[in-house]
This record gives sequence, C-alpha cells and structure tokens, in this order.
Amino acid sequence: MNPVNSLPSRDLDPRRFQGASEEFLRRRALWNQLAAYLLFFAAAASVLVTVGIVYVLIRDSLPFFQQVSLGEFLTDTQWTPVFENARFGVMTLVSATLTVAGIALAVAIPAGLGLAIYLSEYAHPKVRETVKPLLELLEGVPTVVYGFFALLFVTPLLQIFLPGLSGFNLLAPGLVMGIMILPYTASVSEDAMRSVPMGLREAGYALGYSRFRVASRVVIPAGLSGITAAFILGMSRAVGETMVVAIAAGQNPNFGFNPLEGAATITAYIVQMAMGDLPHGSLAYQSVFAAGLALFVITLVFNLIGFYLRRRFREVY
Amino acid sequence: MTASTPSASHHDLALIVAANRRVDVVMASVGILILMIATAMLAAVFIDLVASGWARLVNPDFYINFPSRHPEEAGIISAMVGTSLVMLTTAVIAIPLGVAAGLYLEEYAPKNWLTDLIEINVSNLAGVPSIIYGLLALGLFVYGFDLGETVLTAGLTLALLILPVIIVATREAVRSIPQDLREAAYGLGADKWQAVRLYVLPAARPGILTGIIVGLARAIGEAAPVITIGALTFIAFLPPAPLQAEPPFINFDWLTSPFTVMPIQMFNWVSRPQAEFHINAAATGVVLMVMTLAMNALAIYIRLRLRRQQR
Repeated sequence: MNPVNSLPSRDLDPRRFQGASEEFLRRRALWNQLAAYLLFFAAAASVLVTVGIVYVLIRDSLPFFQQVSLGEFLTDTQWTPVFENARFGVMTLVSATLTVAGIALAVAIPAGLGLAIYLSEYAHPKVRETVKPLLELLEGVPTVVYGFFALLFVTPLLQIFLPGLSGFNLLAPGLVMGIMILPYTASVSEDAMRSVPMGLREAGYALGYSRFRVASRVVIPAGLSGITAAFILGMSRAVGETMVVAIAAGQNPNFGFNPLEGAATITAYIVQMAMGDLPHGSLAYQSVFAAGLALFVITLVFNLIGFYLRRRFREVY
Repeated sequence: MTASTPSASHHDLALIVAANRRVDVVMASVGILILMIATAMLAAVFIDLVASGWARLVNPDFYINFPSRHPEEAGIISAMVGTSLVMLTTAVIAIPLGVAAGLYLEEYAPKNWLTDLIEINVSNLAGVPSIIYGLLALGLFVYGFDLGETVLTAGLTLALLILPVIIVATREAVRSIPQDLREAAYGLGADKWQAVRLYVLPAARPGILTGIIVGLARAIGEAAPVITIGALTFIAFLPPAPLQAEPPFINFDWLTSPFTVMPIQMFNWVSRPQAEFHINAAATGVVLMVMTLAMNALAIYIRLRLRRQQR
C-alpha cells in the first residue's frame, strides 16, 4: 500500500522533458519520492503522539490498578491518596469536574446559542466581521489570567450577593469558564446554522414567520446535530480545563455537587500533585496517571460523539 | 391580491407583522446584550489586572528582578527569558512538523483508510486537554527518554500541543489556493515537489503564518502541561545564554537547563495567601495578556489582509 499518490514518475515523463537525460529524470524522481515520504512521516507523527499518550497513561497507571481495585476507584466517595489510610474514589474528583462544567455550560449554551442566532440570522455582515475577531480575542486570553479573575474579582463580587460563598468555590470558576468557552460554542453553532440552505429559511419567511421563528423552528432543528456537537465539544473543553479551577476552586477533594464550596477537580488534582514532590513510581505518582486516564477517557468519549455529530451535519447539506 | 384565506384581513396581517417585528427587536437586543456582556468581561479582566498590578507594572525593577521572598522585590526576568527560550524551542519543532503534515494531508494523501486515520487523529488531538500532554511528557520525556525537567522537554510538549492548530491552519491555507496555480506550475515543467515548494507553499504563507502565530500565542499562555513536567516556580537564575564569546559562539546548554515560564510564575504568585504577591501576579497577567492579545490581533490582521487580497 502506497501512502503517497501521484508519484512523480508520471510528471517526470521523458516526453515532457525533451532532451533531458535519463540520469537527470531519475534523480529528480528520487528527490520527489524522498520529499513525499518525509511529509508522510510528519503526518504519521501525529498518530505516534496519540499512541504515546495512551501508552504512557496505561503504563503508569497499571501498577495503580494492581493495588486499587477498579470497583473502589469508581465508587468510593473519598479521594485521599496521601493519607495513612489512602482512599481512591475518583468520583470525588469527577463530581467537582462535572459541577463546574455544568455551571459553565449553563452559561455557555444559552449565551452561545443566542449569540449564534444573532450572528447568523440578524447581524449585518459588517457586524459579524467585527464580532468574530473579538470572540477570537476572548478565546485567546491565557487561562491563568481567567483563574486570577475568578479568584480575586468574581468570588468577592459574588460574595456580596451570596454571603455563604466560601473563598474557594465552584461557582466563580464555572461562570468564568462559561464565558471562556462561549466563543467556541457560539462559532461552532453559528457554522452549523449558516450551513442550513437559504431556501429553508425563505420557506419560513414565505409563511409569515418572524426571524426568530425561522431561527427556532427552521434553522435550529435543521442544524441540530452541529449545534449539539458544539455543546458536547464545549463540555469536553470545560472538563479538561485546568488553571481556572486549580486557582479558584481550591485543592481539597470533596465529593458533592455544591457550587458554594471549593472542591478539587481531576485537573486540579493532577496539577497539585505535579507541583509537589512526586517520587517516581510511588502510589501517589501512579494515582496522578490513573486520574489522567479517567480524564482522557471522559474527554475522548465527548470528543468522538462531538466529531461524529459534526461530520453528520456537514454531510447532510 | 384577493384573500384565498378568508380570515386574512389587512388588519390581521398588520398585527402579525407588528408582533413579528417586536419579537425580532427583542431577540436582536438579546444577541447584542450577550455580545456586550462578553466584551465587558474581557474589558473587566484586563482592567482588573492592570488596576491590581499597577504598582509593580510601573516599577522597572519588576522586569529585571528575579523572584524573591519579598513581594516588592520579586520580578519576572527568569520567567520572561524562560518563556522566550521555550517558545523558540516550540517553534523550531512545531513549525516544520506541522506544515509538513498539513502539506502531506492536502497535496499528497490518497483517499484511503490511513489518511482517514491520520485525519481523525489530528482532530482528536485538538480536543485532548492540555494537561494530558503534560502527563505524556512526564511519563515519556522526563522519565522515559530521560530528558529531565528542562527547556527542551517543555518545548517538545508545547510543540505537540499546538501541532493540530498548525496542521489545520496549513490545510485551510493550502486548500484555499486555486488549482490554476498548480496547473500553471506543471505547465512550466515543474514536478510535484517543485510545484509544492515553489508555488503552493509561498502562496499559502499568510494563512500558515496566521496559524503559527495563533498556536504560539496559545503556547505562551499554557501553564498546565509545563507545571506537570516539573518546571520549578522559584528560579533565581537564568538558563545559560545561547550566544557566547568563544567559538563555536553558540551553545545549547540552555536546552538542558531548568527554567520557569510566565504563566507558571503568575500561578505561583496568585496561589500565595499574601495579598502583596497578588499584585505581582496581576502585573504578570497584564504582560501575558498584552503579549497574547497582540499576537492574536496580528494573526487577525494578516488574515484580513489575505482576504482582501483574494477579493
């Protein structure tokens, strides 16, 4: 099987190069082949990266699972790897991750959809051209900066309205993350909506619909798979986000879905451990990889569903 | 037009149109409101950082001092140098690899299962959380290949992280080049590699450049993978300089040196309980934001120029 098509033997035909020596053509063909294979290896390197990730995650958490049963890992409600009587219930971390991600989506879904409707159905093209770069800028802010903002601006602000809010909590990072993934969900939703053929909209207008009705009754149902993809991919981002929660949600693993208290997410735990002393091969070191494996599996599932949906909406039209 | 629906009087139609218009005005305002809130957030973040960090921002010592136990004396020189060196390494690794992969996928790849696998792979890697790249680096580079907690490891990790960004940008750039250009090249007697190297690649350069800038801007702000590989947060020295007075005039010792980068320095300072360190964190945040916003703005500008040229 040849990974490289259109090899130069066709291009370097003696009939095209009258007067060129056999030797010359052969040399050129060789260079072309070399170039083609080099490029192929560069592309294949990406597969190596994935293989590397899976390999490292499994290799370094396998010893962990030899000492901690999968059942305990998945159902225990305490995560205390460095205590005397260590407990390893990953659900503790997952509950915090899901809570923060849930809050983020509660912000990003309505806002993203509303923004996408506005951009694809209402906005003047000039407005869209100014808004899209603005959203890109919003997306380009480093996440440590958002973490700082969540801890030192949003939390004190929220504490005015919610006196029971503790210094480290899940609400502030959740809200900030919502705005952080807003550009992403808005742009993927908007792409989905814009790919809906104009004819469908015009049918709606011909029936006397307002723009909003066209948007909600025609465009959104037509682009539904793409819009769902946007939210699932947004969820995947929220789950994988590290710095915002590491700074603003605290590093105390506790099981529960209370947004007013701090709790460590999977990502915050990994960072916390990585900053400390991790003797290579210790159970604590392996627990980091076990947690990482759990995170990878969760985001992989979300990503695969999201990509499948995205491909589907592209094919239909 | 005579009404074919007996109930549609002029008055009824006027009512429907007015109701529709009201709904539309409301929904458009909602859209604009969301937009304004998002913009306000961005402004709030920036203003909050500048206001909090002002004391250190205007103090020139901040930019040339090392981190210190005393917040008034702590500076970001080691972080800035570390960031520059890591970015250099990242760029040197990611750009050739990413552009080559993108060229392959657009110009050479046949439509078979292997190409599909590679494409799915690139999409998947784009969605993997950045901290997982850190774990990959910890297990494979730091311990497996024994590269240690060095600039080289960080550069390699971040290069892998932004690889999908560069690949996708290269693909889009190459895809948007009309086939006429390639045909013209072949007509002049170019072979495949000459056509790609001398015609397609230069034409795709602005688009590729945009992707590179966006990727590097992202890499500058990434703390999670770099923390995981063990970048230290209290570095009171600079890695060895790449240029030196005696031959051979360039040394690569800096690649194997411990280091820190700006987002990590900011994270370290904001995690301290003392409020004075938060001022330093805010100031570092301003520097970071200015850098990433400038780079993103540059990328957007290049893209706009490109679009105008193509019209």
